[in-house]
Formats: sequence, C-alpha cells, structure tokens
Amino acid sequence: MSVKNIMIVGVGGQGSLLASKLLGHILLQQGYDVKVSEVHGMSQRGGSVVTYVRFGDKVYSPVIDKGEADFIISFEQLEAARYLEYLKPTGRIVTNTQKIEPMPVIIGAADYPENLITKMEATGISVDAMDCLTLAQEAGSSKAVNIVLMGRLSKYFDFTVAQWEQAIRDLVPEKFIELNLKAFALGRGES
Amino acid sequence: MKELMLGNKAVARGLYEAGCKVISSYPGTPSTEITEEAAAYDEIYCEWAPNEKVALEVAHGASLGGVRAACAMKHVGLNVAADPLFSISYQGLNAGLVICVADDPGMHSSQNEQDSRHYAIAAKVPMLEPADSAEALSFAKKAFELSEQYSTPVFLKMCTRVAHSQSVVETAPRAEVPQVPYVKDPTKVMMTANSRNAHVRVEKRTRDLIEWAETCDLNRVEMGSTELGIITDSTSYQYAREVFGDNASYLKIGMVYPLPEKLFTDFASKVSRVVVLEELDPILENHCKMLGIPVSGKDIFPICGEFSQNLVRSCMGMEQPETRHIEDVIPVRPPVMCAGCPHRGVFYTLKQHNCMVYGDIGCYTLGALAPLNSMDLNVCMGASCSGLHGFNKAMGKEGEQHSVGVIGDSTFIHSGITGITDIAYNMSNSTILILDNSITGMTGHQQNPTTGKNLRGDPAGKVDLEALCRAIGFNRVRVVDPYDLAAVDTAVTEELAAEEPSIIISRRPCVMIKGTVHKPALKVDESKCVGCKSCMKIGCPAISVRDKKARIDTTQCIGCKVCTQMCKFDALSE
Repeated sequence: MSVKNIMIVGVGGQGSLLASKLLGHILLQQGYDVKVSEVHGMSQRGGSVVTYVRFGDKVYSPVIDKGEADFIISFEQLEAARYLEYLKPTGRIVTNTQKIEPMPVIIGAADYPENLITKMEATGISVDAMDCLTLAQEAGSSKAVNIVLMGRLSKYFDFTVAQWEQAIRDLVPEKFIELNLKAFALGRGES
Repeated sequence: MKELMLGNKAVARGLYEAGCKVISSYPGTPSTEITEEAAAYDEIYCEWAPNEKVALEVAHGASLGGVRAACAMKHVGLNVAADPLFSISYQGLNAGLVICVADDPGMHSSQNEQDSRHYAIAAKVPMLEPADSAEALSFAKKAFELSEQYSTPVFLKMCTRVAHSQSVVETAPRAEVPQVPYVKDPTKVMMTANSRNAHVRVEKRTRDLIEWAETCDLNRVEMGSTELGIITDSTSYQYAREVFGDNASYLKIGMVYPLPEKLFTDFASKVSRVVVLEELDPILENHCKMLGIPVSGKDIFPICGEFSQNLVRSCMGMEQPETRHIEDVIPVRPPVMCAGCPHRGVFYTLKQHNCMVYGDIGCYTLGALAPLNSMDLNVCMGASCSGLHGFNKAMGKEGEQHSVGVIGDSTFIHSGITGITDIAYNMSNSTILILDNSITGMTGHQQNPTTGKNLRGDPAGKVDLEALCRAIGFNRVRVVDPYDLAAVDTAVTEELAAEEPSIIISRRPCVMIKGTVHKPALKVDESKCVGCKSCMKIGCPAISVRDKKARIDTTQCIGCKVCTQMCKFDALSE
C-alpha cells in the first residue's frame, strides 16, 4: 500500500501525544510500517504543536510536507487553518470547533480570523467539524478531546470498533478506560 | 518482538542490550529521553550530572573502572564537554565509552544549529549516525564494540528527527559484559612524552578506522538507477529515498567519521552524476572534493535549517505537490509561560524597572516575548552571570544600577557558579536573580542538584543556594516569593541601589511539577470589572478580555493571584 499521511495538530498540552500513540499502536498491529514524529521541548509550552503519523508498506521520511497529508486531525480551529497547506486537495480535515486564543490575539496585536471552517471548505477540501470539548465533558473529562477526535477519525478507516477499543484498553490506565471508551463512541457518533 | 519506539528510547535500549552499566548526562532537547528511558532499566546506574563536562568525565571514569558507560547531551552541551573530550580521545579507555549527542537542525529548541560532526573530526573520535530507531538501537551496540576494539570513545550522533520520531524496532536480550580489571598504567598521565606518544597512537587509530570503514556494514550502497548517485547520511537519507525511490543509487553513510575513501570513489565511478545530501555543513561534500569526485551539494541545498522531501524536490528542480490555502492571516502561536508560572511576576517587575536584563537558557527565556518583553539577550548557560559582570565593568555605576542577570536553578548549577564567583572576586556591583522553580523545566522536569532528588526521584544531596552564594562572597542574599509582586519590586529596587553585589533568589516551584496542589480558578466580578485590561499586562494565557470584561479560562487558571495584584477595582478573586 502506498504511504498514507495523518497530521495531528493542536496547542501544546491538549493531549496529542495519546492520539498519536493510539494511531501508531493500531497501525502497527495491522502490519503496516509506521513512523510517528513529534517535536518536544520549547514547542510544548502552549505553542502550536504538530505530530506526523505515516503508514504503508515502507515509510522513509518521518515528516509530512506541504500537499501530502491525507488527514489533518485538529484540536483547535486556528491550528487546522495554520496547517491547511499540508493537506492534499483530496484530503480531509477532522477538527474540534474549540477556539483557543494565541497570545498575539489575547494582547490585541492580532485578530482571530472568523468563519474559518466555511473558508476552509470553500477551498474544495472536506472538513468534518464537531464540538469535541462538549462531547469530552459529556464523557467525563475535558481532557478526552483527543479520544473524541480519534472516534471521529475512525469512521474513515476500515478497522473495526473492537480493534480501536482494544487499542484504547492497551494504552490507557485502567481507571480511565471506561471514560475513554465513552469518548470514542461519542466521537464516532454511536452513543 | 516488533514495536514502535522513539529514536531516543531506541538508543537507551541499545545501550541496555550492550550491557552498559553507567550513564551520566545533563538534560537538553532533543537528547533528554535517552537517559530518562535508560533509567527504566534497573541494570544501569543513571544520573543527572551538573553539566555535560562533568557527565563525560563521570562516564569516562566508569569506563576506567571497567564497565561500559555512556553520556548524553545536546549539541551545545558538547561544547561544554569539549575539554575532557579531546584528552579522553588521546588517553583511551578501559571498557567501552559512548557519547550520545543530539543536534537540532532547524533549532526547534536551541540557540544555534552547530554541526556536531566537526567535533568528531577535531577530536579524532569515530562518529556513528543512525537514520531511524532501528539503526539507533543497533548502532548504539556497535558503538561499544568499536570503542573497545579501538580503545576510543565513540560518538552516537542523533538529530531532532531521528531522536523524536518513532519507528519500528526489534529488541533483543541484554548481554552481560564482564568487568574489565583496572590496572595501573603510567602512560595514562597526559603530559609531555605520554601525550606525544598518545597523539601518534590516535593518528594510527584513525588510519586503521578508515581501513575498517571501507567494508563495515555501517556504510552501505543501495543501487537503483545509475543516472543519479546520492551520497547521504542521517535523516537526509530518508528524504532522498522518499523523493527518488529506485530512480537513484545511494551511498548511505552510517559512520560519518572517519570516512572511507575507496568506497566513495567506487560509488562515484558507477553513477553518471553525484549529489551529496546532508543537513547543515558540507562535511561529506568536502570529503568528496578532497578525493577529486565532482559533486553537487551546498551549491543546490541550503546550509541553514532542516531538510524535508519538498525541499529536496525544490532544490532538484522537481514539481511540488498541489496545496490549498485561505487568504486570512493566521496569527502565530508562540510558546508562552504557563498560567501560574512563577517566572511571570519577576519579568513583569523587571519590565517596570526598565533594566538591562541579561537572560539565560530555560523556560524563562520566554520572558523575552510579548507582552513582558523583558529580556535583552541570552548567549549560553551561565553567561547571564559572567556576561553581566563584563557589561558592568564597561558601564560602571550606570550599568550596575540598571542591570540584572537572570538564571534558573539548574542552569545556575550548570555554569552560573563560576560566573558569580567572578562577580564576588573581581567586585562588580552586579545583581543576579536566581529563578529557583525546584526543577529543570524546559526539558520536561528533570531533577537537579538543588531539588534534593535524584534522576529516579529518590532522596539525594541538595545544594543550599543561599549558603553557597554567601560562601562565594555575597553578603546580600535574599529570597522572595515571585507571586508577591510588591516584595519582588522591593527586592529589585533595594538590590539595584545597594553598593555591593547581590543575589535575589525567587523561589516557587514550577506549577507543572506532578503533585503540585493548585488553587481553584479565580472568578471575575463583572460588576467591578471596567475592562481596563490592567490584568492583561502580565501576559497570562488564562486571561482574555471579551465584551469589555476580563475572562478567566478555568481549565488553565491555577489561582496564583498575580493578576489580582494588577487590578485596582478588586474584580478578580477566589
């Protein structure tokens, strides 16, 4: 299979690490070659963060470049727009509709652009936007936004729900499994 | 078993499988996880050293003691460790010694993008360079073999994309290596005749290694189309394969020092055109030129920054993938000090004093960003102390009364102590703020000699900063709580005015330390808030103003109450 590319973007501290772990885990189990790449350090302090997940028969580069992503999973609207150029014209954005103002907006040095989702759709790409924060809170924790998004993403893959659920059980500490399974189901729209 | 493993964790796994027994390191992105992951193995003694020079000396001492040892650092850390490096290269070893160094092309988390391969050449120390996690694991093991075979330390060079990418590895059990007995050897004292003989030995070692490099499996040829031959290393190899697939042939270099000669010329003779693809400096390229091989390299690829597949396509005149974009300007999202960060109040106060602020390396470098904008410059670890002393020697009283150095607890131990010794000894009236947040923050919360805990979190020795500063010769040493803006202001005012050098220790643990108890998020009394935005001046990411009222993001606010001290209308409260 030719290489598929998934980018996970968001704001430092939003939990993209678990999302990429989950994806890497399930993809490796399916027998794919997988590479997952992230940047640690300075960028974690509330800055824009990006993780690359690539899988296929043989993966070389650890990063995804402009025009190469099949999916962008975004924890925040502005971050989806920031990385739009990385998406293939046939690609899909799966995004949380939450807005987190960056410091230049907070201090009034810049504006948070309006109607980002409509504008992104107008470029001809597919956008699947949902309020993941509310669903995460419904599942029991605002921190479960990552698994809500994974639930939504799962609709575009052939893996069974049982396979995704097993991956969650494999990776999440015992006491958070139920919460995350619920978040996954809410994201997938089957709860 | 096949598993997905971070490059740095794969290095740790390789060190473990090779029977490594001692690791001493100083944290630094992107090298930190090597030592953290190694500490998960009970068979390896792991420690955080005060700095990289100490770490290398400790690891070398362990090698002399007869066990396989390693240290890990980032590229700029190798500058600190350079002094022992050059002499250890001469002296040789007892058991194997591996020096892991991680470069940061693109400077994701660094102040420069120096190319560590130069150190291998300058110190005449072999350097292995893996291109993914599987190689990171196997090269770490190979490095120990090579180290013992040639009695030389061996570099294992990582870069951000190899260190912080996960790829598939297969693990093996640990090999227990018997301890090598220590035998007294008078030629180990590095002076006069011994050093001269050692240099001759090192030159012979390098010639032997070049011979070995001609056929070793660390360097490999992958033949595809012979129209284009690509000589490459590290992550550049991955970008090349991504772009050209079988439409090119590859000479993939896994040992970047010393380099073979015949292997290069043979490869070049089999292809129509040779391109050298390497990040940062033209080291493989210059080797080709020395051998008389006509190549393209830095004439088409940049010296600055990271590579990627699109960059390779663009430099080779190939088409770029189609993209989509929107017209709006997307505001940048720079990293910020966390809500409740104890550094915030200090930098706000320094801004009010309009000081020259000589900064240093750590989370607090973020004090340079808007809206605090209160750091003039930084250079390297410890320069805030020594650099400020020099500045004040030039500026005299005018400088001394309007300047401070700012340094974190871990950085102070790393390289600040010698700087403040110069201040005390050579008597400049300088003021240093030690921002003691009880942790090494930026690299992801490592313990250090001021925290009272060791790498594994167990009780350990603890430096008494106040007593240390007094012993060095500072009469004026005071401690303030950075959440108390008035107290910080008084301390800065008084110490700048004082007629002798001062240390202000701003002490409050990092709010992100596990187990730190946070207070409930603050509330805005909308009847009192006039929307004056005074609270915004401290640049807290938990505060914004919407519809002319301050808003608190309750998922971020930890109730530090620094903002309440900014509000004249008492609108922010518990």
